[in-house]
Amino acid sequence: MTIEFETPKPITQIQFVLKTVAENMMRSQSREFDENEHAIPWGYIEFMHTAMKSTGGGSLTPRDEKPKEGAEKRQPIGYQTLAAQIEMLSWGDVGFYLITPGGGLGAAAVQAAGSPEQRANFLARFNGDKPTFAAMCMTEAGAGSDTSAIRTRAVLDEATQEWIINGEKIFVTGGDKSFTEYEQFGKGFIVVWASIDPTAGRAGMRAFVVESGTKGVTIAKLEHKLGIRASDTATISLVDVRVPYDNILGSPTVEKTTTGFKGAMATFDATRPLVAASGIGVARAALEFLKEKLTENGVTIRYGLPRNKLTSIERDVIDMEIQLRSAWLLVIKAVWMADNKKSNAMESSMSKVRAGDVTTKITQKAVEIMGPLGYSREFLLEKWFRDAKITDIYEGTGQINRLVVARQILGYSGKELR
Amino acid sequence: MYSFEPNEEQQMLVGAVGKYAENDLRSAAHEAEESRELPKKLISKGWELGLLQASTPEAYGGFGERSAVTSALAVEEMACGDLAGALAVMTPSLFATPILLAGSEEQKQAYLPKIIEGEWQPYTAALIEYAFDFDPNELRTTAKLSGADYVLSGEKAFVPFAKDAQAMIVYANLDGQTQGFIIPTNTSGLSIADEREKLMGINALSLYRVKLDNVTVPASSRLGGASGHNFELLLASMRIASASAAVGVSKASLEYSMNYAKEREAFGVKIAQKQAIAFMLAEMATEIEAIRLLVWEAAWMLDNGKEDAFKQAYLAFTGAVDMAMMVTDRGVQILGGHGYIREHPVEMYLRNGRGFAMLTGLAIV
Ligand SMILES: Cc1cc2nc3c(=O)[nH]c(=O)nc-3n(C[C@H](O)[C@H](O)[C@H](O)COP(=O)(O)OP(=O)(O)OC[C@H]3O[C@@H](n4cnc5c(N)ncnc54)[C@H](O)[C@@H]3O)c2cc1C
Repeated sequence: MTIEFETPKPITQIQFVLKTVAENMMRSQSREFDENEHAIPWGYIEFMHTAMKSTGGGSLTPRDEKPKEGAEKRQPIGYQTLAAQIEMLSWGDVGFYLITPGGGLGAAAVQAAGSPEQRANFLARFNGDKPTFAAMCMTEAGAGSDTSAIRTRAVLDEATQEWIINGEKIFVTGGDKSFTEYEQFGKGFIVVWASIDPTAGRAGMRAFVVESGTKGVTIAKLEHKLGIRASDTATISLVDVRVPYDNILGSPTVEKTTTGFKGAMATFDATRPLVAASGIGVARAALEFLKEKLTENGVTIRYGLPRNKLTSIERDVIDMEIQLRSAWLLVIKAVWMADNKKSNAMESSMSKVRAGDVTTKITQKAVEIMGPLGYSREFLLEKWFRDAKITDIYEGTGQINRLVVARQILGYSGKELR
Repeated sequence: MYSFEPNEEQQMLVGAVGKYAENDLRSAAHEAEESRELPKKLISKGWELGLLQASTPEAYGGFGERSAVTSALAVEEMACGDLAGALAVMTPSLFATPILLAGSEEQKQAYLPKIIEGEWQPYTAALIEYAFDFDPNELRTTAKLSGADYVLSGEKAFVPFAKDAQAMIVYANLDGQTQGFIIPTNTSGLSIADEREKLMGINALSLYRVKLDNVTVPASSRLGGASGHNFELLLASMRIASASAAVGVSKASLEYSMNYAKEREAFGVKIAQKQAIAFMLAEMATEIEAIRLLVWEAAWMLDNGKEDAFKQAYLAFTGAVDMAMMVTDRGVQILGGHGYIREHPVEMYLRNGRGFAMLTGLAIV
């Protein structure tokens, strides 16, 4: 090991390809799908499915990197590649990125909390003929940041050996595309978090795979949002929903431990830097646009000057570059740790804290500097401002991730620091 | 590839420097700051760690290759002990490293073995000028070619150990370009103030004003020889060093205030259990880690001759200036009234932390 900052070749190549996709399939339609909330960009979805399938992945998930026999041992870069892909797609349009077919957060949950058989069973579909989606349902009206407060219940029907799930989930990204049986899509699923023993608190929490079309599940509502409008955000109600015994992720018995909850947290360790990467893509789009416009208008940024000799705009742009790059490096470090099987709870949350901060700051500042041009819907900058804000909210708000970082550095438990 | 783990050699070095920084520099820091004096022995002990020696090739008396990344790691660690002490230990590098990086063969032979193989001797450098808009790329001190000589005039500030130094590199404006000149301190026209500089921080470090009144040196004194050198490379190396030191000082402030917050009680709990304090700590830690990575990247780019290395060094430095201010200010805030009292080091970290905006040139990787 040594300290190195060379972007691996395969990642540079993928970035190059995805940039073309971002420009031609995403940017070109960004405005249209921002103004027509809940419309589905079939073209993009179909294209991404075909493209990912032909490269073997079929999904935006870290690729399994089993070295070929006799081949030289390579450094694993699955998560690093994924972060770079997500960053570039979000640079194109984060709303579109969120409805890229493939497993999304649902598959990530299976990946993190499922057994090897479950992974094989549930994840193969993303490489099928049609674009296929999966979603993750944790949040409820009465349980957002405090995930332990979920009221959704799963009870085992001893006679049929099925789980019966009741409850209501809100804010499910891709919930509609994962659950509703669209002709154009393959059979997706949603991962529903529920308690199998409410007296056990977090220890009783489990995730269940619920296949699309399952009886008793309804998409009750699609939200109207500040940004990321191409991405559907669903309310999903579950009434006496029956799922097979084997669809539970993790152990079906409740020990006096917090393994169920740990499953959820393990998912977050893996996904938080990816959400951070997504936000950074949006911020980079805004910053690049700003710099382009400044150049067009004859404003140059004089790098290298002492701060007190810079104009206000120069200072702002330089600060934005510092924020963006340092936030990206935190992401890279967190996913590099994931690739190398180092526990990265702290680094994941750090990357999310910083990305939440800098993406909102950068997009907000860029709109300010651009004046009326920033505020006008003629350009996408105002949209990126609206899109960016979600970075600091989902996958743990900025505050929740600060709690995680603080507990880690202080060596505190959740009880000691609430 | 990306990789964030120092190699074995670097880990050993960081370990050794860390021990010295904590056991020696830090435990002497308060006394040194108050008395405005660093014990000679303390400096020698730091010199014996061999940081400069390890980054100088055998041909010039050392035993290694210079790596900005390795130096950045060492500087952070050392500054985490005490900034003034760290700068003192590394002062000879201000003279030797530019020669190593940009000097002519003749200059290397003339100076490097002498410095590297000996005990700590105050060879130094003069970059900073006493002006609010001081800019390393637009110096007021001038150098002019006159026949076979250069003639330098102007005034330099904050020059470490100038009084005892045998020679220094003086940076001056030569036709709009910053260039270094190697000047023995006994050269006529060069005068060093009797009084030491008095600053808000780093009081243990001996700093002097230096005046140059038509100081005439042979053309061969120009760093790099007749054709001179690329100052951008030196400036980037200085900025990376400053930024690394800023990370070190910030880390010291975070560690102290964090430990304090875990002990101090208010309203029946440790203050670290209050979100207002815990969130400050989390943000400080995140900021430090983010800027540290930016500094490492800049150093790595410099080592690998990457195109944007100089710009990246500037960004890392600028980010580090803000980080140091943010973190060291909060370090005081977390201790409350006690943070304002000089018995705790956080107020000194705050004073030192403010310095990074204007102390470019007091360290180099
Ligand atoms: C567009 C969108 C997509 C989403 N996608 C999904 C999804 O796919 N799946 C899913 O399960 N969820 C999803 N969510 C839900 C999201 O993760 C939650 O909204 C988020 O975790 C916050 O929960 P909340 O909205 O209930 O806010 P609350 O928990 O009510 O928080 C309100 C405020 O209080 C703060 N706060 C809460 N607790 C603490 C504390 N202990 N200390 C300090 N401050 C605190 C929060 O930071 C926040 O500022 C999505 C949300 C949105 C808006």
